[in-house]
Amino acid sequence: MYRYDQFDAQIVKERVDQFRGQVARRLSGDILEDEFKPLRLQNGVYLQLHAYMLRVAIPYGQLDSRKMRKLALIARDYDRGYGHMTTRQNIQYNWVALKDIPDVLEHLAEVEMHAIQTSGNCIRNTTSDHFAGATKDEIMDPRPWCEIIRQWSTFHPEFAFLPRKFKIAVTAAEHDRAAIRVHDIGLHMRERDGEVGFEVHVGGGQGRTPHIAAKVADFVPEAELLDYLEAIMRVYNRFGRRDNKYKARIKILVSETGETEFTRLVEEEYAAQRETEKIALPQAEIDRIHAYFAPPAFADKSATSEAFERAKAADPKFANWSEVNLHPHKVPGYTSVTISLKPIAGLAGDATDAQMMVMAHLAETYGFDDIRVTHAQNVVLPHIALDDLYTVYRELDAAGLATANESHITDMIVCPGLDYCNLANARSIPVGQEIQKVFADPAYERDIGKLHINISGCINACGHHHVGHIGILGVDRKGEEFYQISLGGRADEKAAIGDIMGKALASDEVPGAVKTIVDTYRDLRTNPDEKFIDTLERVGHDPFKEAVYNAAD
Amino acid sequence: MPLIKNGAEIEDVWTFVDKTDVPATGCVTLPLARFLASMDEVLARNTQIGVRLEPADDPHDLEPYLDRLALIEVSFPKYTDGRGYSQAQLLRRRLGYTGELRAVGHVLTDQILYMNRSGFDAYSTTRATLPNILKALKEYSAFYQPAADGNRSVFARRHEKA
Repeated sequence: MYRYDQFDAQIVKERVDQFRGQVARRLSGDILEDEFKPLRLQNGVYLQLHAYMLRVAIPYGQLDSRKMRKLALIARDYDRGYGHMTTRQNIQYNWVALKDIPDVLEHLAEVEMHAIQTSGNCIRNTTSDHFAGATKDEIMDPRPWCEIIRQWSTFHPEFAFLPRKFKIAVTAAEHDRAAIRVHDIGLHMRERDGEVGFEVHVGGGQGRTPHIAAKVADFVPEAELLDYLEAIMRVYNRFGRRDNKYKARIKILVSETGETEFTRLVEEEYAAQRETEKIALPQAEIDRIHAYFAPPAFADKSATSEAFERAKAADPKFANWSEVNLHPHKVPGYTSVTISLKPIAGLAGDATDAQMMVMAHLAETYGFDDIRVTHAQNVVLPHIALDDLYTVYRELDAAGLATANESHITDMIVCPGLDYCNLANARSIPVGQEIQKVFADPAYERDIGKLHINISGCINACGHHHVGHIGILGVDRKGEEFYQISLGGRADEKAAIGDIMGKALASDEVPGAVKTIVDTYRDLRTNPDEKFIDTLERVGHDPFKEAVYNAAD
Repeated sequence: MPLIKNGAEIEDVWTFVDKTDVPATGCVTLPLARFLASMDEVLARNTQIGVRLEPADDPHDLEPYLDRLALIEVSFPKYTDGRGYSQAQLLRRRLGYTGELRAVGHVLTDQILYMNRSGFDAYSTTRATLPNILKALKEYSAFYQPAADGNRSVFARRHEKA
């Protein structure tokens, strides 16, 4: 994992001092809320329904035990004993007092963390594949370039007041777990004749006008990446719409300008860069950052583990969990473990301070001190030996962290909704919990297989409902909450925006409708291995619509 | 309106002339369109001439005249409109403008450092005091990216021999 040098540490320290001064000016009334807003926003501080919310950056989702313990301490001492993992692989605290935030930032700085640019109309936390550096299906580790992008985008003087927020995601695996096609910029790492480069997608996004990104470049060599990104950013900063907040994302610029013309503008800006304008990232710097991501010292192990096989035979619950929550590792004898933060009827993405301490301990003791937060609001221990798996599982289970549902129907992405957020039109959490209860039987859930339900409490789509296989959007109808269901969205390499099924349903009708959709799929699938999304693609949406709306009549 | 330049508050000798007649003497700045339309006339004057860019203006339009301009004002009608930062970077780094580059409008203390890094060297503002501006300019000692302020990037500084 990357470690700060004197420059990184100095910049973060200076940020803490600066924000301490800004908060003091605000608390004394020297600056008004209106002028304080841009300052707090670029520090991840939001004014929410009940209190200020602090969003802490977890660059590309990576933590170690030291960082996780600090996050636990903040949850315990400054919040109400928990933190909330977000779809940007960050963590949010919902109950921090404004006067305490400078102290929290100082705590974070001690463990090389910050809240810089976790909100505001600037370049946000760069996200990536949560299995980066561990998964079998990647051609290289994308994290070094995420770190380089993090540094380049930090306090970039030209791009701090963009038309709207800006999100970049990077993957190096064929199966896209970073949802790059629904990002402002999505980068897919490629190799060509021994050279590393990036396929560049621009203008994807969710919100009220969802778009799948346009591919603007097949291969930008790594040495040119930052300069190419600068060209895209400048085109956006100059020409992105600023007259309407809802049309200000780069996706609107790309779609209104047209992909061809937008690409031409980027190419023209890129070609016009003078030598003196180039970032000129030294090769030694690229190498320096890559060195931090060298693989850990894996032991020479056989691909199978007797201890693991024995434990599975003896403990069926463990066997079930290990069939659901493990991801193949590139090194024999190891696996990547997903710790689900989606217990039935729990709060999606929430972890208590005690749970954070358990995860930190397990990572430190069994997992090469590596922890990831996923964009699906779970946590991953990317490098666990199969030999240690049962021990890890039992400790997770004792902490309430062994829910076996990774990528299954109860592993939903759920935004905070009207319970916490002042933008929301409807509650998300209770609807998600009611749906979970319908599928709480592990055998039923396993039979359904992989299926993503995403729930947003408003059109801003923080719960990624557009790209859920089943998407649920809360809407307000004359003071009453209704929910629109869509089908067929996906965030992976076949990214697609879901289609709305029909009229919105009352909240108490939603769990039944989801069950009808799921049971229709079980009737229609050719065999139990055909996934929901594949059946849907094969048979179309009509049978599902008929089942839901005829049943409702 | 107070004008801050080179670390001090100085007298502003410039007048922005939007639609009224251009006075016979004195330093004036004109809107870009007006400057382009009356160029021969204003450049023939004996006094210095400046141009004010609004956020949607293209600084490339000034390229042929940059060495004859003593001032370019970049307007920030709202601090949230960041187009002026790109205009400044283009003027300084691509087009090689070396005269005064002044931020005018909604110029707040906490934007000054970004402005300075983007190439501004003067600030016309009622929203930030001189002591606060001087402090804001010193809040950071290192920057990751190269920019128009001439600072070496952290990326480069890491590999410089001591």
